[in-house]
Formats: sequence, C-alpha cells, structure tokens
Amino acid sequence: MSVKVSMKVNGKPASAELEARTLLVTFIRENLRLTGTHVGCDTAQCGACTVLMNGRAIKSCSIVAMQAEGADIMTIEGVARPDGTLHPMQQAFKENHGLQCGFCTPGMVMNALDFAQGHPNPSEREVRESLEGNLCRCTGYHNIVKSIMAGARAMGGKI
Amino acid sequence: MNAPLIGARIQRKEDYRFLTGAGQYTDDVTLPNQAYAAFVRSPHAHASIKKISADKAQRAPGVLAVYTGADLASAKLGGLPCGWLITDVSGQPMKEPPHPCLAQGKVRHVGDPVAVVVATSLEQARDAAEKVEVDFDVLPAVVDPVKARAKGAPALHDIAPDNTCYVWALGDKAKVDEAFARAAHVTKLDFINNRLVPNAIEPRAANGSYSRANDAYTLYVASQNPHVERLLMTAFVMGLPEHKVRVIAPDVGGGFGSKIYLYAEDVVVTWAAKQLNRPVKWTSDRSEAFLSDAHGRDHVTAAELALDKQGRFLAMRVKTTANLGAYLSTFASCVPTILYATLLAGQYKTPQIYCEVTAVFTNTTPVDAYRGAGRPEATYVVERLVETAARELKIDPAEIRRRNFVSEFPYQTPVALQYDTGNYGATLEAAQQLADVKGYAARKEESLKKGKLRGMGYAAYIEACGIAPSAVAGSLGARAGLFEAGEVRVHPTGSVTVFTGSHSHGQGHETTFAQVVADRLGIPLESVDIVHGDTSKILFGMGTYGSRSIAVGGSAIVKALDKIIAKGKKIAAHQLEVAESDIEYDRGVFKVAGTDRQKMFGEIAFAAYVPHNYPHDKLEPGLNENAFYDPANFTFPAGTYVCEVEVDRDTGQVSVDRFTAVDDFGKIINPMIVEGQVHGGLAQGIGQALSEGCRYDASGQLVTGSLMDYCLPRAGDVPSFKIDTRETPCTHNPLGVKGCGEAGAIGAPAAVMNALTDALGVKDLPMPATAQTVWRSLQKQVA
Repeated sequence: MSVKVSMKVNGKPASAELEARTLLVTFIRENLRLTGTHVGCDTAQCGACTVLMNGRAIKSCSIVAMQAEGADIMTIEGVARPDGTLHPMQQAFKENHGLQCGFCTPGMVMNALDFAQGHPNPSEREVRESLEGNLCRCTGYHNIVKSIMAGARAMGGKI
Repeated sequence: MNAPLIGARIQRKEDYRFLTGAGQYTDDVTLPNQAYAAFVRSPHAHASIKKISADKAQRAPGVLAVYTGADLASAKLGGLPCGWLITDVSGQPMKEPPHPCLAQGKVRHVGDPVAVVVATSLEQARDAAEKVEVDFDVLPAVVDPVKARAKGAPALHDIAPDNTCYVWALGDKAKVDEAFARAAHVTKLDFINNRLVPNAIEPRAANGSYSRANDAYTLYVASQNPHVERLLMTAFVMGLPEHKVRVIAPDVGGGFGSKIYLYAEDVVVTWAAKQLNRPVKWTSDRSEAFLSDAHGRDHVTAAELALDKQGRFLAMRVKTTANLGAYLSTFASCVPTILYATLLAGQYKTPQIYCEVTAVFTNTTPVDAYRGAGRPEATYVVERLVETAARELKIDPAEIRRRNFVSEFPYQTPVALQYDTGNYGATLEAAQQLADVKGYAARKEESLKKGKLRGMGYAAYIEACGIAPSAVAGSLGARAGLFEAGEVRVHPTGSVTVFTGSHSHGQGHETTFAQVVADRLGIPLESVDIVHGDTSKILFGMGTYGSRSIAVGGSAIVKALDKIIAKGKKIAAHQLEVAESDIEYDRGVFKVAGTDRQKMFGEIAFAAYVPHNYPHDKLEPGLNENAFYDPANFTFPAGTYVCEVEVDRDTGQVSVDRFTAVDDFGKIINPMIVEGQVHGGLAQGIGQALSEGCRYDASGQLVTGSLMDYCLPRAGDVPSFKIDTRETPCTHNPLGVKGCGEAGAIGAPAAVMNALTDALGVKDLPMPATAQTVWRSLQKQVA
C-alpha cells in the first residue's frame, strides 16, 4: 500500500508517495537525501536518528513517515544559520571536543536542542540524564556533557 | 603564524562537516542504479545444510539475484584469509580451516551467512531474504572454549578434530616453576575476561560497484585500513590485480578494531556488482552487527604470581584458553599470543614469566582485536594479581607496585619486548595526588554514613603500541609489513596536501597530522589538508589500529616533510647562489646562515613548479615527496589509573564515583584530542567491568543480541574523568610520540574491579559486575 505524505523539513515543503511502512528516517535519508540523520540500531536505543518534530526531539526510526503528516521537522542539516554559521549548540560541541567519529553527533545535537529549551543553565546531572536515549561509543560522554552545558547556556532557552 | 602547534589544543578541522550533517559515511553513498543486498544468516549455531531453495525468493518483486555458497565456489572465490601465522608448541603451523564467504555445506555460528539476495530496493531484498528456504540438519554445538576441548565435544572443522587451533607458549617454564618452588607467597586467581561486542555506533556497510568500461571495481566500505582490505580481497580471495580495485573508506563512524578485518559481506557485494553490472550496497543493522562483527576478549585464565617476603615479584605463571569463535578472523591468532603474553611483565621487573595459550574454535561469532586487543587481557591478569597480592601480604597497593617497578631503561622483559623509556613512579605519584588518595578514608567514612560501601583500586598498565617493526612482526608470524606510508604534495603556491595511509574514524587525524605538518614546515595550519581512506589517492597504507597512527603514520609524514625541506634547500641554494650547506630552514624560511638573505617556503614551492631559475642539472622540477616509515621498536605508553566505586548494599548497584587517569603517551600533539581518546577508552573499560557481557546459551544462541540486552555505558553510567599526563618521549621515532587510543580500555577494567573487590571485601568477582552479580555477592556475605 502506498500513501502520500507531506510535511515541512528544515522549513521547506517535502512530500512523496511512500510504502505505508516507510519509516520517517528512511524518508529523510533516502527520499530527501538528507543523510546527516543516522541509523545506529534497530531497537530505538542509540538515538543517532533523533530529529525535532514540531520542536520536540523524537527518534525518527521509531515512527513511520505518515505519522509525521503535516509536521514541522528539523534535521541536523537545518540547524546552522543559512550563511553556514554554526548554531550555538553546534559551536559548543566544536569548542568542547564533544564529537569524535561524528556518527552519533547529529542525534546528540538534536536531542540537546530540545533539552536546552527547558534547561538554560543545566547541571551536569541533568545533562547526563537527558542523554539517556543517546549512545556514544567514542567520547565517554565527558565532553558531550561539557558541550551541552555550554551550548545550553549560550542558547538561553531558545532554539 | 609561528605560534607553536605541537602541544596546542587546536579545534578539529573535521568537526564542521560532522556537526552540519555533511559527513559522508558508507551508507550515505547511493550510486546511480543502486541495488541492495540482504544476507540470509544461519539461525543455528551448528548445522549441516541439506538444501537451499531460492525459487520463491528469486520470483519475489524486485529481486535481481540470489547467490549461495555454491555460486561463489563455482566462481572460484576463495575464503577469508588469516593474516598471522602462529606456530603450535609442536612446531606445526596453527590449524587454518576454510572460512567461506557464504557457507559451504555447513554453518558454524548463529549469523553465519548462507545466501545473499540482491534487489532493486532494500525492502525488497529483505522481504525476499525471508523467502529463501534453508533445510538445516542441526548438529550439537559448543560455545565454551574449555568444554570445546573435552573428549566428545562436537568438532567444528575436519582439520581440527579437537577444536584446537594452536597451543602456544612463551617464557622459560622450568625457571618459572623453580621460582614458584622457593616463593614465600603465591597469589592465585582464575578469571574469565568477558567477551565483548565492539559496537561502533556506525554499523558496518559496503557498497561495491563495477565498471565494464574499465574492467575495474570500486568498493566503499566502513574500514580502518582500505589498502589492507584491498590487498586481502584481491590477492587472497578474488584473484584480481590490485590496480583494478579501488577501496574507499570515507567517513567511518568508529571502529575500535571491528572494522580492521576483511569480512564476507565486503567480498560478496563487490563480486555481485560485476555479476549484475550494477552497484550493490549492504548496510548492517544492529542485530546483524551483533552476529557478524568480530567480537573481542573471551579468555579463560588461571594466573599465579610468586613473591618473596618483601613483596618482590619472583615469577608469573599464566595459562589461558582463548575463544576464537567459529573461524579465524583476519588477525585473530595474534591477539591472545603476540599482543597478550608479551605484555605480562606490565610495569614490573618480574624476572621470570611463563604463559601458555590454547586457542579454540567454538560455535560463536569469530573473535578478533577489539580496542586494546590482548593488552587489556594482559593488564587485567597482572593488575588483579598485583592488587590481590598486596592485600594478601598487607602491603599498600601503591607501595607493592613501587617496589617492583622497572626503573632503568632500556629494559628487556622476559617476554620478548624491550621497553625504551618510561617513568612509572612519576605517573603513579601524579595519579595518587590527582585522585586525592589521602582523602580516601574520609570519603569512605562519608559513604558508610549513607549506608554505602566504598572501595578504591589501582591499575598500572603498559601497552605495546605503534605496531610494529615489520621484521620483528614477520619473525613472529605476521603475513604483512607493518610500516606506514605518507606523501606530501606541495602545491605551486605553497599550500600542502598530505596523503596518509593511516585512517581516521574519530581520532581527528585531519587536525593532528595537519599540526605536525604545519609545525614542521612553519606554514599556517589552514594551508594544510590531510587526505586518507582512498586507495586511488594514497600510495599505500597499513591503516589504523594498535594506537599506531601518530607513531608510525605520523613518522612517515615527518620523513616525507624532511625530504621536502632537503629539496627546498637545494632550490634555495641555487637561487641565493650559495652552497647547500649554507642554507638553514627555520619556520617557513630558507635562510643563508648568518645573513638576512632568504627565500620564503612559498617562493621555493613556486620555483619548483615554475623552474626558470632552477638547478636543472641536479634536480627535477616539482615539490612532492613520498616516504615509508618502518618503526624500530614498539612504543610503550603506560600510566596509572585510580578508581573509586560506591556500592549500594540493598541493590548491588555500583557507581564509579571517581576515576583518575595519569598517562605517559610521550610527546602530545593535541592534548584536547588525546584527552578525548582517553575518555572514550575509559568508558569502554568501565563498560567491560560493569555492564558489557556477550552471552550465548548452551545451544549457541546469542542471548545478548541487541542494545536492549547488551549494556553499553550511557552518560549516566560514567563519571566525569580526572586526567593528566606525564611525558617521557619515545626514543626511536622522530616525534617522540607513543600513541593514546587504547590506554583507557586497557587500564580501566582492572582499576574498576580492584576498587569493587575492595569495597566488597572479596577476592574476586566476574565481569561484568552487574548489580545482580554484586547483589548476589553481598547476599553470600550476609548468609
């Protein structure tokens, strides 16, 4: 069965005829060719596929594309300013060496954007708890935690 | 422009693309006319294949082909080779059973690939793979390496009826036995070094394509060493000339060893691409990764340390059974031998050491190098023995280490290695200070007030990195050289592209190596780009593993840079009309010594490509140099870790409250990147100690087959780390560097388990010491 889905991705309309079972992450990666959103597992454990849906972080491997009908999706490609300047959260990851291989990074940043909206000055414990759904195998989380604390302060509660 | 770059915390050049979603990993590459592969894998640990019926799959929508082992056999595709020959104590070579890319008549572990379906979409390939019917005759399986050697155990391979690949030994057994006979005290421990699944967050992927026009293949693959991948695939499996195969390892999302090896899927998609004349992509999902990525560790060990009355080590005796899994993975054979037994001296002048290793086939996923590879297992043996001996003899654990530290260098160990330099007392002392060992008693008191137990443990590790002098490796059984290659291409306007055979999959080489280049040439960092991961661009490479990139790959680049400077001096001497010996090179400037006459680096580069005023009788135009660097010795990073854990008596929950690491990596190029490497290693080491354990049931089913069952550390499971370094520069490479990638994973498990056994007041606990394990131990004490 194929269905038509339409949504906004990074501010632009996006639509396609898809098999009903198509995951949102597949639509983003394969149809839109926005390959910054990654797939690291098949049990919704790693968080590499995290995107913002209507401003909240969700795992795009865990819903089918048609569940995002009409939604406003932001992926990692939509985070930096149009002139290419890094967003304060991205900048904080760079300054604090919050990434190594880069594979979990888009999910980390997207999750952090959601978290920082409600936590303009988070504690280390709050940040560690906020990362419960995101796995990193490279950094030992030490510098990701530092990055998110710095990024959240720089954001002042606003994406 | 001339600020020092060596030792500078430079932000990474690669970060912008990773932070904006512009990284390009293998699965991100989709080629025109792309087809997709799905593998049919064995659900049984051990079975004969009676029949494979692919008709239904072949008729399924979108299916282009279904291939089985029979197709590969008739195409004369070989099996996967092993790159290291270990010789058995009998003098015979190790048993090397065939390792077919798709099963030939028999499957030997759950996940063993049986067939592949290629279709026009991934969904179609996966749907059709479920329609391939395989009629198995299930055989008894064995997963425990000790049981696999027992009489009557099911045999995996005809050529190894006792499932034994080799028995190997190092050291003088008679002298060791003699030392034990006169020892005042013997400390004995038996342990299992738990099997781990590497779990780089990017799953493996391979995308093979073929051009009829050029009769040439291209393989995009998540690999740590594209040239090694190409060499093994062309020369040993497919029988192709290397120049017809291009291997590209683009951005790679972590490796930790698991992406060193040549895997069946890489071969199959490359071969299938030619059969179908269209590109074929396979991307592992996580469940497949658990079944098909090479696992790590899995040793069963009995270890003993003999001491005199003063706590001085007299001898060590170690007997290990190593589980190799169902087949020999690419470097499996050297991990529990060359990379393990040689490290059993640790940081100590133990005069006699004997180690015997029995390597065994079982019905499990193949085991190979995983972050540390043999060295974490050795460190675990040494450091658990040392800490236990200190407790038994009532000597302070730091003091017993001090009494036994190697303090004069070079030091020849009784297990083949020669340590070039180190200062073990300095890292121990620094770690004690940073960890505030003096304040420990008060912290323990505080914990007790909260109803919690607290323990502290040390680990003083050493590793052999910068792998390896080729001749030494060759004499020990390596079937490859272990040098590294580099090329420095200076462009006419003085900017530089450097091509390295090392591969970066998180380590930040694009930044660190650029710092080395810009520093040596005295040019801006922005003028340097590093290229890696493509066999068509880079002259050769042995790749990245064993913390070898800066020590071996970086040294190759330095050699090439020195050739550039030497040629530049010749050009400058000609232009300035002086003898070459009068030219000095200093931070971007060729100068006539003692004068103000000079040429800038860029001017000389330009002259090399616009050679109007040029010594044509002596020099070719251009400024481009290659170098191969073969190390003179291993490097020996070492350090001391101190861990403090707190244990909840009611639940058995362990929290790593403080973790301090002081490492000696020799010279450090970028401290920020080095710290990141240590953090990541520590988290993996803590994971091994407390949460990660790969388990099979007796029938050979993997019961920890997903991230729901196999517990990778999360942000809440690890503390913020306290880390520092001390520096004794490596004596035999031009940068004085030792390597830092594996240290954390090597030292952390012993430090954590020493702390935990201290907290509980028990001699030993199995890893991973999950809350359940700890709770059971606490209940036993209550009873």
